[in-house]
Amino acid sequence: MNKRIDRVGRLIDKSKILRFSFDGVSYAGYSGDTLASALLANDQMFVARSFKYHRPRGIVAAGPEEPNALVGLAQGSYFEPNQRATTTELFDGLTAVSQNHWPTLNFDIGAINSMLASFLPSGFYYKMFIHPRSFWKYIYEPLLRKAAGLGKSPVDRDPDCYEYFYYHTDVLVVGGGISGLQAAKRAAESGARVFVVEQGTYWGGRSLVDHAEFKLTDHLTTEDVIDQFVKQLSGMSNVVIRTRMMASGVYDHGYVLIYERISDHHPTLGGPRHRLWRVRARQVIFATGAIERPLVFAGNDIPGVMLASSVRDYLMNYGVACGNRILVVTNNDSAYLTAIQLKKFGVDITRIIDIREPSTSALIETAKANEIEIHFGKAICQVKGKKRVRGVELCDSTGRADLEYVACDTVAMSGGWTPTAHLWSHCGGKLFWDEQKAMFRPDNARPPIGASGKRLAFCIGAANGEMSLSKALLHAQEIGSLASGEGGEGKKTNIIHYKEEESETPILPIWKIPSNAGFNLQNKSWVDFQNDVKVTDIQLSAREGYESIEHTKRYTTLGMATDQGKLSNVNGLALLADALHEPIANVGTTTFRPPYSPISIGSIAGEARADLFQPIRQSPIYEWHSNHGADWEPVGQWHRPYAYLRKGETVFDAVNREVINTRQNVGLFDASSLGKLMIKGPDAGKFLDKMYTNMMSTLKPGKCRYGLMCSENGFLIDDGVVARINEDTFLCHTTTGGADNIHAHMEEWLQTEWWDLKVYVTNLTEQFAQITVAGPKSRMLLEKLDDIDLGGEKLPFMSWIDGFLNGLSVRVFRISFSGELSFEISINSANGLRIWEILMDVGREFDIMSYGTEALHVMRAEKGFIVIGDETDGTVTPQDLNLDWAISQKKTDFIGKRAQERTHFKDPDRWSLVGLQTLDGSVLPDGIYAVEPQNTLIAESEMIGRVTSTYYSPTLQIGIALGLIKRGKDRLGEVIEFAGLNKRTYKARIVSPVFFDPDGEKQNV
Amino acid sequence: MLILYCPYCGALAEETELVYGGEAHIVRAGSESTDTEFEAYLFHRKNPKGVHFERWRHALGCGKWFHAARCTLTMEVFGTYSAQTPRPPQYICDAIKFKYPSWSWK
Amino acid sequence: MSKADDSPVNSSNTGFVKIKKLPSQGMISLRGNLSSDIVRQSVYSAVSLELPDIRKIKVGAICAICWMAPDELLILCPYAEVASRVTRMQSDLKSVHSFVVDVSDARVMFCISGVRSREVLAKLCPVDLTQSEFGVGDFRLTRLAQVPAAFWMQNAEIFNILVSRSVARYGFNLLKSAAQKGSEVGVF
Repeated sequence: MNKRIDRVGRLIDKSKILRFSFDGVSYAGYSGDTLASALLANDQMFVARSFKYHRPRGIVAAGPEEPNALVGLAQGSYFEPNQRATTTELFDGLTAVSQNHWPTLNFDIGAINSMLASFLPSGFYYKMFIHPRSFWKYIYEPLLRKAAGLGKSPVDRDPDCYEYFYYHTDVLVVGGGISGLQAAKRAAESGARVFVVEQGTYWGGRSLVDHAEFKLTDHLTTEDVIDQFVKQLSGMSNVVIRTRMMASGVYDHGYVLIYERISDHHPTLGGPRHRLWRVRARQVIFATGAIERPLVFAGNDIPGVMLASSVRDYLMNYGVACGNRILVVTNNDSAYLTAIQLKKFGVDITRIIDIREPSTSALIETAKANEIEIHFGKAICQVKGKKRVRGVELCDSTGRADLEYVACDTVAMSGGWTPTAHLWSHCGGKLFWDEQKAMFRPDNARPPIGASGKRLAFCIGAANGEMSLSKALLHAQEIGSLASGEGGEGKKTNIIHYKEEESETPILPIWKIPSNAGFNLQNKSWVDFQNDVKVTDIQLSAREGYESIEHTKRYTTLGMATDQGKLSNVNGLALLADALHEPIANVGTTTFRPPYSPISIGSIAGEARADLFQPIRQSPIYEWHSNHGADWEPVGQWHRPYAYLRKGETVFDAVNREVINTRQNVGLFDASSLGKLMIKGPDAGKFLDKMYTNMMSTLKPGKCRYGLMCSENGFLIDDGVVARINEDTFLCHTTTGGADNIHAHMEEWLQTEWWDLKVYVTNLTEQFAQITVAGPKSRMLLEKLDDIDLGGEKLPFMSWIDGFLNGLSVRVFRISFSGELSFEISINSANGLRIWEILMDVGREFDIMSYGTEALHVMRAEKGFIVIGDETDGTVTPQDLNLDWAISQKKTDFIGKRAQERTHFKDPDRWSLVGLQTLDGSVLPDGIYAVEPQNTLIAESEMIGRVTSTYYSPTLQIGIALGLIKRGKDRLGEVIEFAGLNKRTYKARIVSPVFFDPDGEKQNV
Repeated sequence: MLILYCPYCGALAEETELVYGGEAHIVRAGSESTDTEFEAYLFHRKNPKGVHFERWRHALGCGKWFHAARCTLTMEVFGTYSAQTPRPPQYICDAIKFKYPSWSWK
Repeated sequence: MSKADDSPVNSSNTGFVKIKKLPSQGMISLRGNLSSDIVRQSVYSAVSLELPDIRKIKVGAICAICWMAPDELLILCPYAEVASRVTRMQSDLKSVHSFVVDVSDARVMFCISGVRSREVLAKLCPVDLTQSEFGVGDFRLTRLAQVPAAFWMQNAEIFNILVSRSVARYGFNLLKSAAQKGSEVGVF
């Protein structure tokens, strides 16, 4: 049974009691506790069930490496699954629930999987669920989906908020243990900007648990030295040190993502919950420590089997004894500390089982002096117990000899240490297998490289595989100097030499115990706790030919759990090496990928959610639209009115009303989002001749010309009206979505190909509002406003004029996209709303109505005008759209010209633009495909075209459509068939794409 | 995520301020080119594991196009330079040769 | 479509810095050869300021000049005086390849003030905002979250920020969100 111990617990404040609940039961903990330490103090060792077999699982670790103690936190919309109890700070009112069981943690139906375990080896689902094929969709998949997944997904919108923070530093130190602090101090003394981050809540790391009272100098203990470091660093203006900051990934050029937990431990604080730091560091020092490895023996997953270092952590940091009778099993010296410390605080240590041959070292002698029983050359045969360890059966280290049963409630195990080299590996650092230390260590000869081509990162302390405190501190000083000089020679002076601790007996690398355990034991020996991977699964995988550790990982799911193999990887790959009779170094590790430990999706999204999800661009007249029933349509990032709904009107009604009114009276349209690029310079005409398929240099000042732009690959990318302002200035209109792209397109050619041309391009899209006044009464309306002469003589079709309307300076273009007599008024954005309101007001006597983008589209389709993005999709040429007239034959070069000379572009079978009219006057579905009529089976029919735009035309009172049809130009009058959904077909006649006013009489009045 | 010096405005610009423009120093095949030449110009691009020359635009900055010489394997940047040059400047070539003595420009 | 946010883009005092949309600011875009005497003289005669260095802003009593690109300046002056200054520069520069144009309505200007105003921008812009790296006189074109932006410091506690007119609301809401109370960072 677990309990609190007096006189110990560095991190907790026993005067502050916090209430929390787990699975509906209320408990008490102390301020400073983690959820895991508080659960342990309340004797809740069994907290979860495993993923596949639903076996009872207990708390194993005390940090982010914890594979078992995953819980659901909080309630309602704040609920979050799969949170590690070991890194969840306790607060008053915390609620947690256990996962992966039904109906309860104690009684779980899914645990039947455990009995079926022999039928569920690795890869069973690949073998099982393949036959019969038809079962997959209706039986296997629904069942598996129900069973799959860890924890429950939250269903509500996340009510919390998150943010980014961009930060730059010379030296980033990851890890606030003693080595990290020492290196940071050294680097900071050189004047460099230093940033130190620690994932936990306190400074000093493991050394405060393991060596707090060790005398590093004659006067100073480890604890004193750490206090000094923190105090000094906090006082330096070039240093920032922060806790609750986990480096989650390291990327190219010193880019490091750091996950800050701001208010997880204090949910009522307000402000963002997490902050994702996007840090750029010139040099990175990893002082990320090491993680203890479990030993692999039968029953090592039973609640009560824990890492020896974690048992120490719970004792020293939280004052929790993880059991009444604790047995220590180890292959190295470090676990002796657990026994010594527990003994010191009066916890019963049954014995230390040391797999190694008898030997001696300072720690072993101390244990002996403390009257702890040590059994060398022994091993655990298997652990007894179901929901808690009851005892262990011992044997000798090879598995022979008689079994001895020892009662205990906790097993503290240590299989050695693995340097936490994840981050080092993220950015390209390599590892090597150190035989003597039995660990993968960062290879300092093959470090990550930064933008300068020089070394980007260093590993120090336990992360470097250096387990000696004094040696680690010496190295940290050297690296601190080196890093601050950006890879150059660091200063070697003033190095402090700390007292060396006594040496240890070397580790005995052993990957499963006892060493010759049979199948029955190995089949109960867990390697990956969360994913239920056993020794036998790895052996099976090797037998079935998965020789690479990357394959074994995927076949067995070893290391694929939320802890990403922090505990299991090295044991797993060593066991694979064993099964393959290969050296460990040859098997290697799997690839380490960010994040080091899971981070919230919210932090990745940052501020980009709700109304900040993406920018919404608004025209200067936006508010008016909003107040007049605008039904919005996103066009690129713009929100444009699709139609203006009146009371009781459907969108369809509104569009028809707007079209008819514009055709009969006068309509007002906000065209402000159209791109407006001003091109100026002596070579402007020459440049535009290259950009457009048409000849622009011959355009007379005061005139407009419809122009087409192609990509170098010959396809149509944009269109719009070009107006020549004067000899060396042109105004190019682009599509709404095209303004930024076409601006960039022009800049690219100007800067990278024709940089000798004297041309400046300025994007004036947002400087001007643009308003279309269209309809038979448009001229009458405008002439009411001022004495500007807009008559056909003064301002013929396709020309422009500067003037004043109601005293406001405007430029009026006489161009038409509706087929009506139409004027586009360009005015400074600041006056856009004003002129709009004046026009609406004065226009009342002419029955003016505003119209939206849909009415615009209906009217242009009635006239057979194309829209980029409807009639084009990046594979359509101007020729396909019967726009040959806009392609100059005189020019020797324009962008796309050479491409259009390729044979495929001249293929008579190309799909070309036609009008389509259903035989019954109905509206064709959008995007529908035309098929060869002779084929009865639609699925096998050849597709010969598609509908690109389709509308109900209120003017003609029939459905009209534009489409691209194979040899369309030659097929006028032909009736072709379209294949709809659910085997429905439609028949339509190929007609001219100009449905209305083919001679342009209306626009030319 | 890369960070590059813009040779035009001198800003240290991270990738989110930049737009990538593919391989640098491609010579445009004009209206007189053969189909083969035109195909090569339009579609054939190097994808080396090692030294590469690429085009970048400081789109969310000064708006200028520039070139970068970069090792695609180590991410080392040998330098950034004007886009208005048909070949990399000598000091860039020297920096590359210093690291990879057997390398040569085209 | 959901109803758009129609709250006014004006000012906010709810966060740890004050955010204000400034009244219309006169802005003139000048493209030309910035190393030529004629351009330098024309600008000087229009706003009585020397040209700024690379990525700098030159601030005078009522005008300022921002360095946008090697061939581009943004000249700030009172809104009402734009037309006359544009005309003057256009005629001064008639003989050389250049482009002077009124862009006053293309952008809006925000001002954020407070001791922690650096932090607000550091949440939204991928720029080193440490005191030693960015101070009064510096000018930076970059992005503000997802939109292009430019900013400079009026003094140690006040930043001016330019964004496109069409995204004024987005920009304002971004700044407001980044400045919310409880989100102070405390590193600068």
